[in-house]
Amino acid sequence: MKEPLLPPVIDIGPGRLLRSAAMALLVLTLVTGLAYPLAVTGIAQLALPHKAGGSLIRIGGSVVGSSLIGQPFDDPGYFWSRPSVTESFPYNAAASAASNLGPLNPSLLQQVRGRADSLRLADPDNSSPLPIDLVTSSASGLDPHISRAAAEWQVPRVARVRDLDESTVRRLVQEHTEGRQLGFLGTPRVNVLELNLALDALQVRQ
Amino acid sequence: MTEYDLLVFALYLGAVLLLTRPLGAYIARVYQGEATLAGRLLGPIERFLYRLLGTRESEEMHWTTYARSFLLFNLLGFLAVYGLQRLQAVLPLDSDRAVAVTPDLAFNTAASFVSNTNWQSYSGEVALGYLVQMAGLTVQNFVSAAGGMAVLAAFVRGLVRHTSRGVGNFWVDLVRGILYILLPLSVVFALLLVSQGVVQTLHRSEVANLVQPVQSAGGGAVSEQTIAVGPAASQIAVKQLGTNGGGFFGTNSAHPFENPTPVSNFLELLAILLIPASLTYTFGRMVRDQRQGWVLFAVMTVLFVAVLSVNTWAETRGNPTLESAGVAHAASTEQPGGNMEGKEVRNGPAMSALWATATTAASSGSVDSMHDSLMPLAGMGAMWLMQLGEVVYGGVGSGLYGMLAFVIVAVFVAGLMVGRTPEYLGKKVETYEMKMAALIVLIPPITVLVGTALAVSVPGAREAVLNPGPHGFSEVLYAFSSAGNNNGSAFAGLSSNTPFYNTTLGIAMLVGRYWLALPALAIAGSFAAKKKVPPSAGTLPTHTPLFAAWLLAVVVIVGALSFLPALTLGPIVEQLLIQ
Repeated sequence: MKEPLLPPVIDIGPGRLLRSAAMALLVLTLVTGLAYPLAVTGIAQLALPHKAGGSLIRIGGSVVGSSLIGQPFDDPGYFWSRPSVTESFPYNAAASAASNLGPLNPSLLQQVRGRADSLRLADPDNSSPLPIDLVTSSASGLDPHISRAAAEWQVPRVARVRDLDESTVRRLVQEHTEGRQLGFLGTPRVNVLELNLALDALQVRQ
Repeated sequence: MTEYDLLVFALYLGAVLLLTRPLGAYIARVYQGEATLAGRLLGPIERFLYRLLGTRESEEMHWTTYARSFLLFNLLGFLAVYGLQRLQAVLPLDSDRAVAVTPDLAFNTAASFVSNTNWQSYSGEVALGYLVQMAGLTVQNFVSAAGGMAVLAAFVRGLVRHTSRGVGNFWVDLVRGILYILLPLSVVFALLLVSQGVVQTLHRSEVANLVQPVQSAGGGAVSEQTIAVGPAASQIAVKQLGTNGGGFFGTNSAHPFENPTPVSNFLELLAILLIPASLTYTFGRMVRDQRQGWVLFAVMTVLFVAVLSVNTWAETRGNPTLESAGVAHAASTEQPGGNMEGKEVRNGPAMSALWATATTAASSGSVDSMHDSLMPLAGMGAMWLMQLGEVVYGGVGSGLYGMLAFVIVAVFVAGLMVGRTPEYLGKKVETYEMKMAALIVLIPPITVLVGTALAVSVPGAREAVLNPGPHGFSEVLYAFSSAGNNNGSAFAGLSSNTPFYNTTLGIAMLVGRYWLALPALAIAGSFAAKKKVPPSAGTLPTHTPLFAAWLLAVVVIVGALSFLPALTLGPIVEQLLIQ
């Protein structure tokens, strides 16, 4: 096996080394720190302005939220989102945060019990077990989704408070369920904000 | 765990395996200076950069010059990130951020990003302006990853060459790693992420009128939601590809704007292992024996699958202590079930367990669920993968040179057993290389254990934990395991934004990076200078399943012996408390 003949090594003094290092940092900052993010921003804003801008939902010119960011609901006439522990109020989208409670922390069980109690208080006739995602806080504090089971648990309550048929409410849940992406990725889930907006729109129409 | 989860796991491992060969071969061409398509397109830019830097492709460096360049470049990067944070209140773009970052936090963040750790004691959308995020942090996302790959390239050249004084040119390796590998992949990946809903805008925030106003903790009415946005996709792309892991937003890839859909979750997962796994093929290509690369890939994959199985079992089974609250947590087509505290519905427990495994196997440290809320065994799996020294795929570049240090130890120990002079790929392994390899293998455990012991002995540091009992100890052990091995993920209940933790964890990150890269370069220089020994009857073949099993045993024994006592005090006791 023949190796290519390698050139002799060069000796670099500290002055030249410093110049190379400083220049490398400067140039690579311009390329990766400014040109790269700005170019990606430019392309994204041209090709996908809605998504790059935060998937905002506008009604009559005013922004009512983002399809990707959940909102807090505790009115029995709305579907409730997952618990959120963000600072000062739930679903504070300026400061995402999680509980970081360990699985055996007594506070975790206490909080889960408290949430289960509130849900049952709003719907005393419902004795089914609570889907776990509806009583545990999400990782971002901004989870826009609940499981289909968590939506189904709330259907009787929402229908009763809004004086609607359960089947009508169930149909809306169905319409706002996102299936498995590409047919196999992710559990089917319900977008709470979009579902609640649809509920409001339905009753305005009636 | 549903059959869909199993299918996705299989597809994931299949995709990593499938991409390892083409990408690995391409990376080898880049570092060997062979012609590539990107090289034809970007060649003029590459040569222009060399002129600016005052270097030439043909200039070879002795390992000490290579190391000095690497260190000096990192030092300047460190000062730049530190300075940008301290001055952000007066910088353009960021002048509305009235507050300069405190000195200890700025030190910690600078150490974190230059060392490819990306531990974050701050919350992105709260603490940092865009100029700091782009010109400071995004830059280090690129250059720290390219730096790791450069050191690896030098290491492999040391094995390939003989009777040579040079190990390559640091500036050339740095520029090529960015221009031909990280940058093109990042552009494509960032746009794929935007197509899924990841934000990329220069707006600071959007304001929405809440559909249902709520009460704030203080009692006032809240009728608006301020939604933080920003140029996130460009940073997330390189954060995932370069095993960096530092999020644009505080909750990292659990935030819906960093990781909005199951597809983005799969792509981001793939990006974590993509380059580290491919580098095993690059290695085989450069040493002209692919089997040598596949042996390393196999050892890494066996460890990965083993820990993934435990983590997934623990997470999908759910948290038995919550059953008394009347909850249903069995997975079905209607709900993800499992341990959902600190998880997002769109990811669910199985994909979150896969992420927790991949992000700690590679030294990414990005998260799509909160590790502090993992079940004890899954938390232990994540911790242990870091404690092995980030060699199960590991950081880009650094993971493979870490694994090659284990190979040297394995070859040496086997050589001692049979009474032969140990050799690897035709290079005699002698005292000097063995000493350097021992440094690489032993410095991280020492950093982790000494740091943890110090933190639990110091008043104030102890009280920073959030959770009571053994889990509190796990938070501290996890923090030092993460910092000392340049991972960057956290049991985030630990209030680590204090002068004590910012300083000690910052030092652990610097030690874990540079005290490993330097011995690696020393080995490279020493190997390069040696003659090639033709294989003889006494040579231990290093491409066989037997050697793979032996290497696996060495990695596991070192990892287990170092950390079993500490893990017993944390996650193991906690697991026993559940039963």
